[in-house]
Amino acid sequence: MAGNSQEYISHHLTNLTYGKLPAGYVRHEVDENGIVHEHALTHDTWTMAHTKQEAADMGFWALHVDSLGWSIGLGAMIMLLFWKGAQKASTAVPTGMQNFIELIVEFIDNTVKESFHGRNPLVAPLSLTIFCWVFMMNFMDLIPVDVLPSLFALFGVHYMKVVPSTDVNITMGMSLTVFALMIFYSIKVKGISGFAGELCLQPFKVSNPVLQAVFVPINLFLESVALLAKPISLALRLFGNMYAGEMIFILIALMFSAGAFLGLLGGALQWAWAVFHILVITLQAFIFMMLTIVYLSMAHEDH
Amino acid sequence: MNINATLIGQIITFAIFVWFCMKFVWPHLLSAMQEREKKIADGLDAANRAERDLELAHEKAASQLRESKEKAAEIIEQANKRANQIIDEAKESARAEGERLVAAAQAEVEQEVNRAKEELRKQVSELAVTGATKILGKSVDASAHADMLNKLTQEL
Repeated sequence: MAGNSQEYISHHLTNLTYGKLPAGYVRHEVDENGIVHEHALTHDTWTMAHTKQEAADMGFWALHVDSLGWSIGLGAMIMLLFWKGAQKASTAVPTGMQNFIELIVEFIDNTVKESFHGRNPLVAPLSLTIFCWVFMMNFMDLIPVDVLPSLFALFGVHYMKVVPSTDVNITMGMSLTVFALMIFYSIKVKGISGFAGELCLQPFKVSNPVLQAVFVPINLFLESVALLAKPISLALRLFGNMYAGEMIFILIALMFSAGAFLGLLGGALQWAWAVFHILVITLQAFIFMMLTIVYLSMAHEDH
Repeated sequence: MNINATLIGQIITFAIFVWFCMKFVWPHLLSAMQEREKKIADGLDAANRAERDLELAHEKAASQLRESKEKAAEIIEQANKRANQIIDEAKESARAEGERLVAAAQAEVEQEVNRAKEELRKQVSELAVTGATKILGKSVDASAHADMLNKLTQEL
């Protein structure tokens, strides 16, 4: 049981990875009878990883097909929905879905207006994309953990991690993009010297130039850490929350196979945690969006 | 948690979605919403204006009604006055006409009477002459006794 559940959890936390295995790499294939066959690859092979170890051995140039696939799919769905909404948008009376779309747009617009004081046509659509997309990616967490992986297993797909935001690559990808925008707009608004000054002349500022020169490296160190902490905390906050949430769902799912009593208890817990998680996924999407707006607002502020 | 090329894939995807949203979604939706907002505001404004206009029109109509009532009363009064005046005038002229007619009739009657008197006088004088002639047995020379006859006529 212990080995089984460990395997179960590990299986759920492994991405479907596509990458290159080098020539001479020894693959371990397990057949129906549980006998392990070893065979060495004769040349470099681009393939799906069959085990967690293989996925790790593929190195950097590998793709998490499941994370990226779900991420792109959900994002495209959101964009399509909003694009349709934009096509239908008119001054006539909005109905049904149009109302819902405009509700979200208005909410985002108000939030951006309250928190972002510069003038930038990118920030509002960026916020809309982040909020809806992150929400949808988080929402995958509410689908019972075994449903989609079992479905894909029927088609011979070994691994399937359906919540893209439990993949640090996904959250980091978004936060690094936001980071790049922060740097870009900092330099664009304040100029290179302004940005450098912001990094070097804070938080210790003295009027004596000699003393200031002493403080410059200290300031640079502190400010750099503060700057780099932003994208990392942005990514890891979302990742950590969703990963932990997913983990708890997996642990609860383990109870289903442990007898009637634990199964029922698991059902109740699953329901309770899912209800709570509705709050968490919305909150995390909102926080990611809000912090993006705040960071970009700071990048636009000229001292 | 392997960091791998998924990171780059996500960055590219994110950039594309943000670009798409910025290009094709956000401006359309927002401009439509702002336009609608403006339209509604205009509509409400127009409704307010119309209400005010209606009130003004009501007031104007009421004042006009009052005015025209006053005018009508005035006209009626004037008409009554004029009617009375016309009646008075008619009465006056009728009386004058009547008086005139009476006077004319009286004058004619007087004339007739005078003529009749004259005639009568003439005839009486002739009768007198004739009578006298018969009494005297001879004709009276009218011319010789003209003086006397005339005096007689005057007396008659």
